[in-house]
Amino acid sequence: MSTPSRKDRLTRDEVAHLAHLARLAVTDEELDLFAGQLGAVLDAVAQVGRADVADVPPTTHAVPMTNVFREDVARPSLPRDAVLAGAPAAEDGRIRVPRILGEGA
Amino acid sequence: MSATPDRLVDYDEVLTRYEPVFGLETHVELGTASKMFCGCSTTFGAEPNTQTCPTCLGLPGSLPSANAAAIESTIRIGLALGCRIATWARFSRKNYFYPDIPKGFQTTQYDEPMCTAGHLDVEVDGETYRVEIERVHLEEDTGKNLHVGGSTGRIHGADHSLIDYNRAGIPLVEIVTRPIPGAGAKAPEVAKAYVTELREILVALGVSEVRMEQGNLRCDVNTSLAPIGSLEWGTRTETKNVNSLRSVERAVRFEMRRQAALLDEGQRIFQETRHFHEDTGTTSPGRSKEEATDYRYFPEPDLVPVAPDEEWVASLLAALPELPAARRSRLSDEWGIAPTEMAWLVNAGAVELVSDTVAAGASPGDARKWWLGDLARRANDTGTELGELAVTPKQVAELIGLISAGTINDQLARQTLDGVLAGEGDPAAVVEARGLAVMGESDELVSAVDGAIAGNPDVAEKVRGGKVQAIGALVGAVMKTTRGKADAATVKRMLEERLIG
Repeated sequence: MSTPSRKDRLTRDEVAHLAHLARLAVTDEELDLFAGQLGAVLDAVAQVGRADVADVPPTTHAVPMTNVFREDVARPSLPRDAVLAGAPAAEDGRIRVPRILGEGA
Repeated sequence: MSATPDRLVDYDEVLTRYEPVFGLETHVELGTASKMFCGCSTTFGAEPNTQTCPTCLGLPGSLPSANAAAIESTIRIGLALGCRIATWARFSRKNYFYPDIPKGFQTTQYDEPMCTAGHLDVEVDGETYRVEIERVHLEEDTGKNLHVGGSTGRIHGADHSLIDYNRAGIPLVEIVTRPIPGAGAKAPEVAKAYVTELREILVALGVSEVRMEQGNLRCDVNTSLAPIGSLEWGTRTETKNVNSLRSVERAVRFEMRRQAALLDEGQRIFQETRHFHEDTGTTSPGRSKEEATDYRYFPEPDLVPVAPDEEWVASLLAALPELPAARRSRLSDEWGIAPTEMAWLVNAGAVELVSDTVAAGASPGDARKWWLGDLARRANDTGTELGELAVTPKQVAELIGLISAGTINDQLARQTLDGVLAGEGDPAAVVEARGLAVMGESDELVSAVDGAIAGNPDVAEKVRGGKVQAIGALVGAVMKTTRGKADAATVKRMLEERLIG
């Protein structure tokens, strides 16, 4: 495992990239503000890097469980009216979305 | 879509300068009763959005739970492909926004897949090619987009899109090959042979319906070219959604010809996603991968790791069915046919059909003759797969039985087949309804034979005089009067009885 050390500050470009991935509209002023704030958060988290974890396997679960499965049995689904009622728009039993751009031809 | 058609180099010419490398990512929808992470039904063709719930719609607060049958099927696929089964696997989130993925991420497997390092041997023109399998992992399918407006119903120019989430969350196994070099001119055929063989294995395992026309099996085809002798491989393109066996071959072939033209002009190939067009057999550019695919994978916190224990995996391995390659080799022996003939049967998609026909009582020789002959021709004429013809192996066996019993001859059998294919019922019923049975020594046949002799006195005289081969003309005359319903051998015997004694 690499030891996290943050010598470099989080850049505006990185924040802008993350904002784009999360589809968040962020203003120029906010980019500066968030770069600083997120940098501080990262610095705080980076303190974990000081701990000696050479012998500790990476942990992603707090509970030591494996193989929790569900039997393959079909159960009733939601009524369609209820499903479509939760969508901003529907048409012909389907959920209507604005045209999809940015991919395909 | 590009306005000018792509320049293409002749296929044979491509191979004089370039060496192709290809790879395949194959997605298989498993045939489970319920979805991967929730209990919604997976029945194909249901009314849109009638098989959804908070989990597969990604509603807040919902939690996934993994389908045991899907996990087991994935391991069985891995075992059939000779993979190493991981003792520790996990699900990950692949984050991106697209309307067909309601959660904002796809639950998939990233750095800890269920199966790795397998292989599949395929045969093309008597030569064996080893396709190395990089990994087999389990994920969930997406919803289906319907693009509305625009002239072609495609995404381009569409006014808006409609989404059906019935498919979202259906278990999907992804089988990824390593790059396959060294197939040369045979690359497109090896690619097709690989998917064909993979499909056979999935059928044998019974893990999926693998109906390509329903999207149960979908391929992404990676293709690159490098100048012959080059130490490095070229940049690859990824052709998405190639959804028939024939198209897999066509996609590789087209990309080879297109890329060769660009390389000839000194241009570079961009690593990009391309769309395959079933109607023209061409590809067109999609999203460029160099733009940015930043999926920010991380382990799925709502699912615990999968840790198949050795004993379970061993029992799944022991319970695997006979795999297609072994089965073909055994059937070749049983039917007494050469490997090349077995290869024809495989190419025609006829192995199971012949096997089932033999099981229904026909001789292997007759079963092969009908499936590779008359039935193959009919399938070819109508542009369908052999297995899609409206006739079952049992019916073919019945037809063959009627021929052996002398009830019909080959010509009448073809007419009987017409009736079966037209949905008129089983062969015996069609023979009955259409009056196709060969005539026995009925009064009608006797009078036709006598009539032929009386009508051709000079021919009859020749036969009497010892020119036995002249009898063919009389047989022909009888067949004509009876409209082919007489049995030629019977007619010949009756003529001989009357003329030679």
